Amino acid sequence: MKTLKSILLFAAVAITFAFGIKTEGGYKIGDTIEDFSLKNIDDKMVSLSDYKEAKGFIIVFTCNMCPYSIANEDRIIALDKKYKKLGYPVIAINPNDPKAMPGDGFKEMKKRAEEKEFTFPYLFDDGQKVYPKFGATKTPHVFIVSKPKMTVEYIGAIDNSSRNSDNVTEKYVENAVDALLNGNKPAKTETRAIGCSIKIL
Amino acid sequence: MLIFLCLQSCKKESKKSENLDITSVKTYTYAELKPFLEKENDKVYVVNFWATWCAPCVKELPAFEKLGKQYANQNVEVLLVSLDFPKQLDKRLIPFLEKNKLQSKVVLLDDVNEDFWIKAIDSTWTGAIPATLIYNENKRKFYEQSFDYDLLENELKTFL
Repeated sequence: MKTLKSILLFAAVAITFAFGIKTEGGYKIGDTIEDFSLKNIDDKMVSLSDYKEAKGFIIVFTCNMCPYSIANEDRIIALDKKYKKLGYPVIAINPNDPKAMPGDGFKEMKKRAEEKEFTFPYLFDDGQKVYPKFGATKTPHVFIVSKPKMTVEYIGAIDNSSRNSDNVTEKYVENAVDALLNGNKPAKTETRAIGCSIKIL
Repeated sequence: MLIFLCLQSCKKESKKSENLDITSVKTYTYAELKPFLEKENDKVYVVNFWATWCAPCVKELPAFEKLGKQYANQNVEVLLVSLDFPKQLDKRLIPFLEKNKLQSKVVLLDDVNEDFWIKAIDSTWTGAIPATLIYNENKRKFYEQSFDYDLLENELKTFL
């Protein structure tokens, strides 16, 4: 009887634990993120801890094939150009499984990065293990993280007009990073934009 | 390849002449679309958010078309809200609708303030597509996921 009880208890704990992880939905504002080690398009592994001088990061889940990602590529490059020197480099991560979306393979990532002359690392989430921790659901999906505690400061869109850069009236990511650089918290911490669902099998 | 192109264009031309009304798509702002997302009558509305460039969206469209047809006499209405790029309305969306002979009502949502209307349509929607809203005057449910016909029909049945 005692054994049965402990088995049941164990099962209950195991179930709660399993569901707890599954339904968490990733990092929230204020959470501390775990570092990762992912392969960059230059075949070297990249971790956030490599960036000793950075004040934080603009982490962008993006990919080659999604038209919303493509429509935002120039804006992502502009963010890196503006903020890398101020201590907030862009780190791009492709979360898609190439088996589900062949155009998003590692080779294709290298090609796209070369074509567009990406100024930032473009990492491949091999095995699709990192994006669920963030709770990224689509591309593009931005997470701004501040050092030293690796705190999530902002989650969402680059600006308020993903489909047409000519119509942008509010630059969410720039405003958030500017606030952080001035020692303030971002006024808007969560925004949304249409994006392509992350492709997994 | 050439033959294929000819076949396609020939088919399109003949189709255009017999069915002109399908080739126009209305563009709505969120404020204009909103009334279609909160009608209060005896119908069930199935609203699918999609785009021609979104592979999983295109894959599930036949399920929505079939549902619209099967349940047309049971007060079910399907609305397809396209999130295609407004600039590609004539070049992509309309040719796609013609080619695939979609029967459901299709509108294009073009509104700059995505952060506002995504949250307004459903507080849980992160903005990824495909996404679907099913509602009637008593009940409302939002699905940020893909559907096949059986799954979709099962969900619809919970509203009938």
